[in-house]
Amino acid sequence: MNRNHVKTGLLILYFILLMLPIYWMLNMSLRTNADILGGFALYPKHPTLENYIKILTEPAWYSGYINSMIYVSMNTAISLLTALPAAYAFSRYRFIGDKHVFFWLLTNRMAPAAVFLLPFFQLYSTFNLIDTHIAVALAHCLFNVPLAVWILEGFMSGIPREIDETAYLDGYTFPRFFITIFIPLIRAGVGVTAFFCFMFSWVELLFARTLTTTEAKPIAATMTRTVSASGLDWGLLAAAGILTIVPGALVIWFVRNHLAKGFALGRV
Amino acid sequence: MNKWEDNKAWFLVLPVFIVVAFSAIIPLMTVVNYSVQDIFGPGQRYFVGVEWFKEVLNDSRLHDALWRQFLFSGLVLLIEMPLGIGIALLMPKKGWGVSASLVTIALPLLIPWNVIGTIWIIFTRPDIGLFGAAINSAGIAFDHTASPLHAWITLMFMEVWHWTPLVALLAYAGLMAIPEAYYQAARIDGASAWATFRYIQLPKMRGVLTIALLLRFMDSFLIYAEPFVLTGGGPGNSTTFLSIYLVKVAVGQFDLGPAAAFSLIYFLIVLLFSWLFYQALQNVGKGEER
Amino acid sequence: MARIEMNQIAHSYMEKPQGSDDYALKRIHHTWEDGGAYALLGPSGCGKTTMLNIISGLLRPSEGRILYDGKDVTDLPPERRNIAQVFQFPVLYDTMSVFNNLAFPLRNRKVDETEVKRRVHEVADILDLTPYLKKKAAGLTADAKQKISLGRGLVRSDVAAILFDEPLTVIDPHLKWQLRRKLKDVHEQLRLTLIYVTHDQIEALTFADQVIVMYEGEIVQAGTPQELFETPKHKFVGYFIGSPGMNFIPCTLSGNEARVNGFSIPLDQKTADAAASASGNLELGIRPMFLKVHGESVEGGIPVTVKLVQDQGSFKILTLQLENHTLQARLPEEHSLPGERAWVTFPADQTKLFADERLVG
Repeated sequence: MNRNHVKTGLLILYFILLMLPIYWMLNMSLRTNADILGGFALYPKHPTLENYIKILTEPAWYSGYINSMIYVSMNTAISLLTALPAAYAFSRYRFIGDKHVFFWLLTNRMAPAAVFLLPFFQLYSTFNLIDTHIAVALAHCLFNVPLAVWILEGFMSGIPREIDETAYLDGYTFPRFFITIFIPLIRAGVGVTAFFCFMFSWVELLFARTLTTTEAKPIAATMTRTVSASGLDWGLLAAAGILTIVPGALVIWFVRNHLAKGFALGRV
Repeated sequence: MNKWEDNKAWFLVLPVFIVVAFSAIIPLMTVVNYSVQDIFGPGQRYFVGVEWFKEVLNDSRLHDALWRQFLFSGLVLLIEMPLGIGIALLMPKKGWGVSASLVTIALPLLIPWNVIGTIWIIFTRPDIGLFGAAINSAGIAFDHTASPLHAWITLMFMEVWHWTPLVALLAYAGLMAIPEAYYQAARIDGASAWATFRYIQLPKMRGVLTIALLLRFMDSFLIYAEPFVLTGGGPGNSTTFLSIYLVKVAVGQFDLGPAAAFSLIYFLIVLLFSWLFYQALQNVGKGEER
Repeated sequence: MARIEMNQIAHSYMEKPQGSDDYALKRIHHTWEDGGAYALLGPSGCGKTTMLNIISGLLRPSEGRILYDGKDVTDLPPERRNIAQVFQFPVLYDTMSVFNNLAFPLRNRKVDETEVKRRVHEVADILDLTPYLKKKAAGLTADAKQKISLGRGLVRSDVAAILFDEPLTVIDPHLKWQLRRKLKDVHEQLRLTLIYVTHDQIEALTFADQVIVMYEGEIVQAGTPQELFETPKHKFVGYFIGSPGMNFIPCTLSGNEARVNGFSIPLDQKTADAAASASGNLELGIRPMFLKVHGESVEGGIPVTVKLVQDQGSFKILTLQLENHTLQARLPEEHSLPGERAWVTFPADQTKLFADERLVG
C-alpha cells in the first residue's frame, strides 16, 4: 500500500515537471508583450486572448496551421496506403530480396535530414513541386513509410495465417479479403501507425521549411515572423506555440484507447 | 511462422519501394554526384575525385563537432535510458490512469521541434522564464547565451524533457507484455522488488529497450532544430553539433562539394554505430539463450 | 507440510458484489489433508484458478479465513506462507542458469550457501536435472522448464503444499505421462500435499487420490475417482466425468417407479423413498455402460430406435432415440448389436434420480 503511494507520488511529481515548461508558455501566451517584459509573474494577472485573436484572424498566421494540417494528413494517408500492402507482404510471404528491402527501408530512418536537404530542393524544383503540400508530404514519407511498414508488420504477424487461408478457400479475392476482413482485424495497429505518422510529420521542420516558401509554409516556420523592430513579441510567439500543441493533443486523445490496446499487445 | 514463398509479393511492396526510392535513392545519387565534383555554377563542374573527402576529414572544426556530438549522444543515452525505465515502472498498469498517463507523457513528443526550442527559450530566460529566474534568484548567474556550460546544461534539460517520454513509452510497452504469472512466481519465490526487476522485468524488456536505444542514438545524433532554435550553435561553437555544422557548410557557405562528402560520412557513421549497437545487443540475447 | 483449511471462503473480483452471480467463488468450505494428492477438476471459468490463488495467497479472499495447520494465514502474502506454485506456462528466470533458478527461492530467504548447494543438488537429482545445472534455463525444452518450476517449489524444505495450475498444457503429449509419473514419484517420496488443477478428467483421475469437482464457483463433489463415477452427487459430475457422460431424462415419480413418457422404470426402495420427499424438477440419470440394450422385446423393456453406432475399438457407443429423448449406451465389443429397433431396461441399483440437478438419496 505505502509503496504504491510513493510510486503514484513520484509519477505525479514527474508529470508536474513535464507540464511546467508547457504551463509557462501558456502563461506567457495569455499576457501582452508589454506585460511580460514589465514584470515576472507566476500566473497571468490580467489574462488576455489578444495574442490568440491576432493569430486566428490574420491569414498570414492561420494559413500556416492549415498548410501544416494539409501536408500532415496527406503524408499520413500516403504512408498508410502504401505501407499496408507492403507490411502484409513482409508478414506473409518470402520473396527475393525481402530481408534486404526491409533493412534498406529502415536505414532511411537513420539518414540525417540535413543530408537530403539540398538534393531534395533540387529534385522537387525539377518536378516543379517546390512550395506545394505534396512536396512536404512526399519528403516526410522518407522516414514515415519505413516506420509504418515496421509497426504494421508487427501487428499483422500477430494475426494467424489460417484466417487468410480460410478466406481464400471461401473464394475471397485478395483486395476484398484485405479490405473487408484483414484491415478490421488490425484496427488498433492502423490507429497506432496513423498516430506515429501524424506525430513525426507534424513535428518535423527542416524539410517542411526548406521545401516551402509562402503557399505551403508550415506554422512552425511562420513563427520566425514574431521578430519585429522592437525585438521578439514573446506573447505572440507563446500563443503560436500553444496552438501547435493543440492538434497533437487532440489526436492523441482520440487514439488513446488504440494506443493503450497496442501497448497491451506489447507492440508499439 | 513459415511464410508462403511467392515472388509476386513484390507487387505489394512496389508502392512503398517507389515512394521511398523517389525520396531516398535519387537524392542520395545527387549527394554522391556532388561529393566528387567541384561546382561553380550550371554547366561548370569538374571531377575532383576524393578531394572533398580529404578536406572534410582534415577539417578540425568538424572533428570538434563530431566529439561534441558523441559526448552529447552519450550523455543523452546515459540519462534517458535509466530515467525512462524508472518512469515506466511508476506508471499504472490498469484503470483510468493508463490512458491519462499515456496522454500526458506523450504530449512533449507531439510538439514541433522548433517549438520545443521556443518553449525552452521562454522557460530559461533569466528575465521572464521560470527556470532561469529561479536559478538566478538562488544566486547563480545563469545565462545560456553567454556560458557554454550553461548552454549545455540547458540543452540537456531540454533534450531529457523532450525525449525521455519516448523511452518511457517503449519500456512501458515492454513491461505490459510480461505475463502476470512471472510476477506471481516471483512473489511465491520471495523475490525482492530489486530481484524482480533485475531477473524478470529487465530481461523481458530487452527487445523494446534495443529499439529505444537505437532510436534515441539515431535521433540525438541527428539533432538539429532544437539546439538551432535555443542556442544557434553557440555561444561560440560550443553547441555546434554535426547537423548544425553541416547546414552551415551547405546552406550558409554554399560549399556543396564538401557538404555532400560530409553528408555521406555522417550517414555512414550513424549506420555503423546503429549496426554495432544492434549486433552487440543481439549477441547478449544469444548468449542468454544458449 | 500442512493441513490446509478453507473456512467459508468466498471471493468476488468486483468491489461491491451484488448477487451470487458476481462471485467467482461462492462459499467454499473444504479441508486439504496433509500429504494428500488432490485434483481440482472443472470446466474453464469455474473458479479453479481463483481457488488456487487464494490458497497460495496471490489473492486475498473477499470473505472467510484460510488456515494452515490451524494457523490463520488469510492476511499473509505468498512469500510468508511457504507455498509453491507451478503455472500453466513455464515461468523461469531466463538470464540465470538452472542452478541459480533452483537456488533463487532459497537465496531470497537468506539460506546459508552450503545448504543451498546441498538442497539444489538433491532436488536436481530427484527431477533428473543434474546434467543441466550449468546451462542457461532459457534454452531448455518445455518439459524441462516445468520441472525447474516444480524444483523451485521442492527446494524449500518447509514447503506446506505445491499447487499446480494446469502444468501440462504446453507439454508434448508423449512427454505428459512421463512428467505425471515423475509427479507421482515425488509425491510418494516426499509425501507433500499436492493440489493439481486441470480440466482434463483423465489427468485428474490418474493423478489424484481425491478429486474435487468444481462448477460455477462451487465444489459440487469431493471424492475418490470411483465415487465420482458411481454416485455423482450433481448432474454436472455425471455429465463431466465418464465418456460419454451420464444420460439424463426428465421424469415423474409414481410410487417406487419413475415414469418417462408413460413408461415406468423401477427404482430401488431407498431412492424412491428419498425422491418422495424431494422437491424440484426430477430427472433420471444412468451411466451409458449400465444401460441394458436388448435385440427383442423383453419384460419391462422400453422400445427405442437405434440412430447411430460408433465403434470405439474395445466398445461400441449406441445413440438411441426414446421418443423425444436421446440416450447413449456403451456396449462391450462382444455384445451382439440390435437391429434398427431395440428395447432398453434400467437396472434399478444403477438408476439415479436428480432433483434440481442434485442427487436424490
